[in-house]
Amino acid sequence: MSRWLTLLALALVTTAALAIDTEAAFPDAARQARYDRWIHELRCVQCQNAAIADSPVGLASDLRRQVREMIAAGQTDDQIKAFMTERYGDFVLYDPPLTARTYVLWAAPVVLVLLTVGLAARVIVRRSRAPIDSDPEEPA
Amino acid sequence: MIPELGTLALVLALLLAAAQAFFGLVGAQRNRQSWMAAVTPAVAGVWVFVTAAFAILAYSIVVHDFSVQYVAANSNSELPLLYRIAAVWGAHEGSLLLWIELLATWALLVAALSGGLPIAFRARVLGVLGLVGVGFTLFTLLTSSPFARLIPAAADGADLNPLLQDPALAAHPPMLYMGYVGTSVAFAFAVAAMLSGQLDAAWARWTRPWTVAAWMCLTVGIALGSWWAYYVLGWGGWWFWDPVENASFMPWLATTALIHSLAVTEKRGLFKSWTLLLAVFAFSLSLLGTFLVRSGVLVSVHAFASDPSRGLFILGLLLFFIVGSLTLYAVRAPSLKSDGGFELVSRESFLLLNNALLVAAAGLILVGELWPLLMDAFDLGKISVGPPYYNMVFMVPMVPLVLLLGVGMHAGWRRALLKSRQRLLLTLAAAAIVAALLIALVGYGGPGAPLTIVCFAAGLFVMASALIEPIEQWRRGLKLPRAALGMAIAHFGVGVWLMGVTGVVSYKVEKDVSLAPGESTEISGYTFRYEGTRPVAGPNFEALEARVVISRGGKVIAELPTQKRTYRVQKNPMTHAGIDVAWNRDLFVALGDDLGQGKWSMRVQYKPLVRYIWLGAVVMAIGGLVAILDRRYRVRRTADEPAAAPGTARKTA
Amino acid sequence: MWRYFAPAAGFLALVALFAFALMRIGSGKLDIREIKSPLIGRPAPAFVLPSLTDPSRQVDSRAFAGKPYLFNVWGTWCAECRAEHSALLAIARSGGVPVIGLDWKDEHEEAVAYLATLGNPYAEVAADNVGRTAIDWGVYGAPETFLVSAEGIVLEKHIGALSMAVWQQKFAPHLKSGGGS
Repeated sequence: MSRWLTLLALALVTTAALAIDTEAAFPDAARQARYDRWIHELRCVQCQNAAIADSPVGLASDLRRQVREMIAAGQTDDQIKAFMTERYGDFVLYDPPLTARTYVLWAAPVVLVLLTVGLAARVIVRRSRAPIDSDPEEPA
Repeated sequence: MIPELGTLALVLALLLAAAQAFFGLVGAQRNRQSWMAAVTPAVAGVWVFVTAAFAILAYSIVVHDFSVQYVAANSNSELPLLYRIAAVWGAHEGSLLLWIELLATWALLVAALSGGLPIAFRARVLGVLGLVGVGFTLFTLLTSSPFARLIPAAADGADLNPLLQDPALAAHPPMLYMGYVGTSVAFAFAVAAMLSGQLDAAWARWTRPWTVAAWMCLTVGIALGSWWAYYVLGWGGWWFWDPVENASFMPWLATTALIHSLAVTEKRGLFKSWTLLLAVFAFSLSLLGTFLVRSGVLVSVHAFASDPSRGLFILGLLLFFIVGSLTLYAVRAPSLKSDGGFELVSRESFLLLNNALLVAAAGLILVGELWPLLMDAFDLGKISVGPPYYNMVFMVPMVPLVLLLGVGMHAGWRRALLKSRQRLLLTLAAAAIVAALLIALVGYGGPGAPLTIVCFAAGLFVMASALIEPIEQWRRGLKLPRAALGMAIAHFGVGVWLMGVTGVVSYKVEKDVSLAPGESTEISGYTFRYEGTRPVAGPNFEALEARVVISRGGKVIAELPTQKRTYRVQKNPMTHAGIDVAWNRDLFVALGDDLGQGKWSMRVQYKPLVRYIWLGAVVMAIGGLVAILDRRYRVRRTADEPAAAPGTARKTA
Repeated sequence: MWRYFAPAAGFLALVALFAFALMRIGSGKLDIREIKSPLIGRPAPAFVLPSLTDPSRQVDSRAFAGKPYLFNVWGTWCAECRAEHSALLAIARSGGVPVIGLDWKDEHEEAVAYLATLGNPYAEVAADNVGRTAIDWGVYGAPETFLVSAEGIVLEKHIGALSMAVWQQKFAPHLKSGGGS
């Protein structure tokens, strides 16, 4: 009891009912890692604003169990993805697939960086050719 | 009777805001001294009446006036006083009132602290703020009045969402909204500059402290939200790339870029176009955020009750303010040429690259938000874009940025002149890499992924690099100007933040277990022994409390009580997790379900360095505060800044 | 000169997109939460589950082949299901197709009592306590109702409470064109 009082900081916090699995973890770390990755990549289609890892609703725990069984049965990631999208469409994947329609989404990061940095580079090069010392604006 | 006074107060505020806008903008345009002089009383009047309306809503909630619809929907006779006050901004209508209140407050501060500005310019700034006020007050009165009556009155209220009954609720929205609304001040300065044609270093000097102030509030507001989600929601997440979170992060990125762009405009009179665009961009992202949260176009756990008709009104505001100011920009921009060069490697070029990357980051978040909506609206299918996507793509602009940061802050204006610091920086960089490897090896038991080492090293390098100037000046017995000191502190904070993020993302461990009393589980060298549960009664809940003893290497280090509560009014079970905090990690325990015979499922988590995420943000904000207090931002009317002569295009070299 | 108008034009396009989306939402043509079923046009998932009314018997989906049928997912815990129950009874009586029920994640006694009290519109009721069959059908909330053709192809799905109007506008037209194709 007294130890409790000497702790650096102890915070008690309130949360809604949690989404906790009762099955034991996979004995090998690789499969557990795959499981963890999948339950964070699949969207809870019922509440829609959390991954199935974090959603307390019944459908989420059913889907987690489904993922667990598929991994235990040795199914590949592609098979798991196909299983889920056949039933719920691409909406269930938080990591959007690369299709003709999502090409913009996946190209955007690189394109945006190239665009903005390219624009900046153009300005920099132009200014580096300008005379450097003219500067009536500078405060004394 | 009293709620109707609230409506009246809002109407009066609306009229005064309209007067503020009219006298400010038209008065400046026509150079009417008496009109411009009327702006300050108008600003004060708006503040008085908006605050009255705010107070009336608070009063109605505190005294349990369930004849007011908003009170009936968001409060309850058993709701503690603190949360009754916080309930003022707990839902859509009330939060709009908070927005208007903070806008009126910012305007009052601008009016009070800008006596040294040219009269016409000041009038224009306040005039634009008045217009924003008109827009939002009209929106509130016409579509979202918090004073609407419920007839017949409810016997009792529906209560505030229990997730919101938390002290952080008192702090997070006001702070965040201070930031959102603060972007309208930078916007007002930009529009005033475009209207008057005056856009020079002096303008940048006036605008910068207000921008930094807004930025500070956004930083703290976002950090509070992240921290609150972490400990309230219990699964240890601190950022979910939820649409509403993104809606706050995008303006933050834009405002950060704006601060840096203002630095160049202030120092060298360059980048005027970019600065104007960024000021408009930041405010537009802020308005866009308002739109996304309240219109119903996006699914989000944060979204307020959505209504397409409200959405259309906000869209109208967006159209007026943003398309309007961007059109003004298009008209003015061609005449904004400025001379001045700088070398390929110079502070200017570093800052320009920095801003390019920040804008790219904001842009890619925007694309991620909007693309699914676009596809859905045009029946092209339904996709989801979530953390797996954002976590990956966000690094594309961010990793280069943090790598450049440590060097860029030492680059000189016009010519980087890094040679004098070159050896020191290289040494620090090498030391940072070694230190990063050591941290990974000693602290976390392995060499770590390459990206982890890179980010640790970058974080350490940024921290060390930020300290170079302050330490050098201190060793010479000189005092660093506050602006420079603030910058050093803020950049140091970025490094701290980066350490936190890298640590928790690379090394966190989560485990779901089912334990019978006496059984234990182990993660990352910490043993969690579950001792059993006993019933406990609280003031307004019943709970089962479990005791979990945490030990490491045989030594007990914590006893965490963790509860599963059932609130008597609400009836949904809620988990009250236990967190043990130390300087380098958090340990989490949250109860799941009763599996019978005393056995319980629970989640245990190890979160290394997670607190540095918020600590880093706080340090950044402190840096901002220190910077604002620099003497050069005290606005004094000097000989070369005529207080009259508005509308004259200032000669920009 | 015109390139300075690019930001304004870009933003205008964005506003137009939002206005378009809002108007579609307002008119009901766009529901951002609704997931269109990928099963439409594909074979209905097969299942073998215990019958709710007679647990010793199995309900095998292969027995439904050859005739179109409605597949209704419900539970006693679902308020909207209660609301649609009378419509289900009416459709079962007059619609011309059997209604097969899937009792999803429910309490056995409560479900039996529910049907006894309110009436049983179902030709067969399968009890899905584990949830696998519901996942196979892409169910994400109750009530949901599917129309399956005589060839066993899913023709249509309705999310939310059923009503005679929905039956007539959404489901019946498929049957008029010859039992579904």
